[in-house]
Amino acid sequence: MEFVVLLKQVPDLAEELEIDATGRDLARDWLSYVTSEWDEYALEEALQLRDLAGGTVTCLALDTGSVEELLATCLARGADRVIKVGTFERQPDSHTSARAFAGALRTIGHDLVLVGVQAIDDVDGQLGPILAAELGLPHVSVVTHIAVGTDGTTVSANQEYAGGVVAEFEVDLPAVLGVQTSREAPRYAPVSRVRQLMKTAAIEALEAPAGHDGGSIVESMSVPGAAGHAEMIGGDAAAVADRIVAILAERGLAKTGAAS
Amino acid sequence: MSNDIFILVEHRDGAVTDGTFEILGRARELASQAGGEAVALLLAAVVGPLAEQLGGTRILAVEDPGLAEFSPSAYEGVLAPIVTEREPLLLLAPNSAVGMDVAGGLSGATGLAMAAFATRIALVDGAPVITCQLFAGKIDVDVRFRDGRGICTVVAGAYPASAGRTAGSPRVETVSMSVTDQRVRFRRLIRPEAGDVDITREAILVSVGRGIGEQDNIELVEELAAALGGAVSSSRPIADSGWLPRTRQVGKSGLRVKPKLYLALGISGAPEHLEGMRDAELIVAVNTDPHAPIFGVAHFGAVADILDVIPALTKRLG
Repeated sequence: MEFVVLLKQVPDLAEELEIDATGRDLARDWLSYVTSEWDEYALEEALQLRDLAGGTVTCLALDTGSVEELLATCLARGADRVIKVGTFERQPDSHTSARAFAGALRTIGHDLVLVGVQAIDDVDGQLGPILAAELGLPHVSVVTHIAVGTDGTTVSANQEYAGGVVAEFEVDLPAVLGVQTSREAPRYAPVSRVRQLMKTAAIEALEAPAGHDGGSIVESMSVPGAAGHAEMIGGDAAAVADRIVAILAERGLAKTGAAS
Repeated sequence: MSNDIFILVEHRDGAVTDGTFEILGRARELASQAGGEAVALLLAAVVGPLAEQLGGTRILAVEDPGLAEFSPSAYEGVLAPIVTEREPLLLLAPNSAVGMDVAGGLSGATGLAMAAFATRIALVDGAPVITCQLFAGKIDVDVRFRDGRGICTVVAGAYPASAGRTAGSPRVETVSMSVTDQRVRFRRLIRPEAGDVDITREAILVSVGRGIGEQDNIELVEELAAALGGAVSSSRPIADSGWLPRTRQVGKSGLRVKPKLYLALGISGAPEHLEGMRDAELIVAVNTDPHAPIFGVAHFGAVADILDVIPALTKRLG
């Protein structure tokens, strides 16, 4: 069974995001990047499925000039093969990404393609269904509990709905699944091992066909207004607790209004 | 080409979802501005009872036994030719699992542009301008479509469902199509087991997120909830870690709650979480990140370590 995982980097939300002078993009000079959270889940699921069903895990990332660490981390976690695709100045939109990955996948064996269900910068939609349309493959988004069928021609997966309700689907392979979460937390790869692999590992490269974007144009960016912002409580933990208790007491929500 | 605004009807267990009514209400407003009509795309094995729920709406319906339950491939196979032929100004879908699948699939199949995570949809000079909530709610992005037409997934709670629920009888146009793509087959619906506590019925929720750090600290939250006479709920990562049962999860794939008090502790407030709790009467949030989006919906907030604040609160309330 050939499992393929598509990954990308996104700005680290632990850092403050600022908008650049054009007003249409983030100020990227000082941004730090991390692997998209849901892509990490997709990789973990692929590794778990391979260990159960046998086969290989191949990881692909668009080459934005800084994906060696991401791909070396995939190897350190147990991927069998890593490939950077195309040449991009920066992470393109989901439609451009889908076309580039689709081009690569036409030359790489793939029974099950796993992607993160979404990313924090998916302005023009999620990669999974767009890629599936490019390749003419079936797809399901927001899935957990993936299992390969006994004859290896289908998978079952649960799609999550509101209220904790899920639908179980059976999907013919090859297929694309958008992974919501993995059965276990993504495994840890020691930094020393990643550093070593960045020097020694074979990171393959594949050309990507030039593709047009998805036709969604960013007009402007803004930090959501202060209009709906909370009234902030200052001070140390004791002061915060005093004030919260007083707020609750005023509304009859606390059994005691006595701040100690 | 038309100036009609299409919406995807999502339904489950014989009921049209709230998210559908939210986009239907907005679609009517936009269509009247654009000089078109709001058109609901309804796919089902039996259309009638679902159409009735949509009130006086124009409906394009496809009726086929293969549409008894949602399947991405069945829906897209049916909808792609309809959307291509009828050329709506805009197609709105809920930002649910169903909407994400159908919107992305149709965008890929038809070449129509797409905007995701929409919180606001306007028409400027007759063309859609979509405000998308990106970077986990930290940045708003205004997007337009190069061709002036496109598909859009709309975040739950962006518009009131009440505006979409209208009286009247639907006008149903049935499109004769059958499901041919059966590569994604529905097997069954799995419902959550009833938990010990129904968080949708609790007046006070003490809700905990990643900021709690480790499983042992959940006990501190339980003590605080007991002191307040409330129940403990959580954001998704806590349920994923197995630290609290899935039945306590608030948000998109968890439960939607409207308590008198929602105390959000160490919850950053990703859009998926906010859609489950933003209607609470009083929201008080404590988080170490001053830019956490939770402060955008909270009434009161504090930038502090919850491991200091929680015991301090319990002590005062005990």
